[in-house]
Amino acid sequence: MFRRFSHALIEKNLILMGVLSLITVSIGGLVQIVPLFAVETTIERVEGIRPYTPLEQMGRNIYIREGCYTCHSQMVRPFRDELERYGHYSLAAESMYDHPFQWGSKRTGPDLARVGGRYSDDWHAAHLRSPRAVVPESVMPPYAFLDRPLDYRDVEYHLRGLRSVGVPYTDEMIANAKADLEAQARPEMDGTAFARRYARARQGVFDGDAREITEMDALVSYLQMLGTLVKFSDVTPERVRQQ
Amino acid sequence: MPTKIEKDAVSGRDTTGHEWDGIKELNTPLPKWWLYVFYATIAFAAVWVVLYPALPIRGATGLTGWTARGAIQQEMAERAQQQAPVLARLREATPQQIVADPEMRAYALAGGRVAFANNCAGCHGAGGQGAPGGFPTLADDDWIWGGKLDDIKTTILHGIRNTEDDAARSSIMPRFLADGLLKSAQVNDVAEHVLSLSGRAKDAAAAQRGAALFAENCVACHGETGRGNREMGAPNLADQVWLYGGDKASIVHSISYARAGVMPAWGARLDPAVVNMLTVYVHALGGGEAE
Repeated sequence: MFRRFSHALIEKNLILMGVLSLITVSIGGLVQIVPLFAVETTIERVEGIRPYTPLEQMGRNIYIREGCYTCHSQMVRPFRDELERYGHYSLAAESMYDHPFQWGSKRTGPDLARVGGRYSDDWHAAHLRSPRAVVPESVMPPYAFLDRPLDYRDVEYHLRGLRSVGVPYTDEMIANAKADLEAQARPEMDGTAFARRYARARQGVFDGDAREITEMDALVSYLQMLGTLVKFSDVTPERVRQQ
Repeated sequence: MPTKIEKDAVSGRDTTGHEWDGIKELNTPLPKWWLYVFYATIAFAAVWVVLYPALPIRGATGLTGWTARGAIQQEMAERAQQQAPVLARLREATPQQIVADPEMRAYALAGGRVAFANNCAGCHGAGGQGAPGGFPTLADDDWIWGGKLDDIKTTILHGIRNTEDDAARSSIMPRFLADGLLKSAQVNDVAEHVLSLSGRAKDAAAAQRGAALFAENCVACHGETGRGNREMGAPNLADQVWLYGGDKASIVHSISYARAGVMPAWGARLDPAVVNMLTVYVHALGGGEAE
């Protein structure tokens, strides 16, 4: 049967060749595209996930700028050794407001998906300034230069940009971006409005120096919230099962 | 184009019948074994796609219902069941009972070593040696909040000056210079007096002046002789062990701007059995105090 089939027919007919090519390519395309229409049902909804505060978002920008993802992943995989070491495996919902996500694929350093609250702010600042001062066996480069003022004049545009790709920042959040950033980095300021806008966000002097808001403040505030939004004592595997 | 399959004289194989400008194409079929393995993988994939999560039907679980999350949940449950008898004993016993029972103590030290490496070593060092700048050594007998088993356990459970646990150990040293309680020269005098407590004062007159200021401002927490008070987490100032440096500049800074080290609370993060194991392990690092 195959011997009788002659592809000369297709090779000699331009239109037939075009139509058949289109069909072949479409199959490959559809296999990739169709599941995306159902993506709404595959990302679980989890209590507690909120957009990053302005300070955390600026810290996240520094995290991306410095390429932390080249050595640190942010993805606890569902293996026993990882669960024993880092805690609950990562949920898709935990990075639903990440643009771009920082899952990474290389662990020269440890995974950071659940590093929040594991160490004190002082430790993070000391460790970023000079990793070997606190962890002698570390091979991480020092980031002492982050003790420079944070440029956050454009913070509301960062929030605006993120909103355009689907992060639910409200007009109020964008209008108060600068005030919220300052409120989070200055615990002596009234933080009630800030706390209302961003649940479970902590005010603090993250770099141990209250005089000015530095890049270190922003980065430490980001590191300290990683993986802390979902309270896994309330969230059972049954409840986060995909719909 | 005439298609004529003929036998090639040189190789003895058939041609495909294609011919371009007098050049003929040999038909060399794939080895049979290769072809059948290839067909087998296709058949395997078809079965696999139906059995395991791939097709968007039935919640994309596949016919077996296997999920990565279900698998890890089961593996963790099996492991927990294996460890359950030991962990239950470690959970229910007090640290004192664990230390008294050689078998449980061995379990606690082994488990505590692993938990310490994972959770505590970042700040306190791989062997509990601590790090300069506010990360205390746990392997010596100089304790800020107490070195008995119960003291250590309380510190691990609730942490120090954190915002997540209301029962966290907490005390606030005033920022004597920054808050205008002392003048710069007075801070210098107090620092000189503090140095004299460990016999290192260089300026006897300043230390003398500082003694009065120390009695006024510092003794409530650090005691008259500067030996500290563990109830308040006030460190001993009369020994050679310094958390933030014992040179004069560091002491002046400590008095001027105060220090307030933070430790996270581990009670909500770790299993009670792990907290007990850590307690016993830290107690055994070298400086644990008897009851």
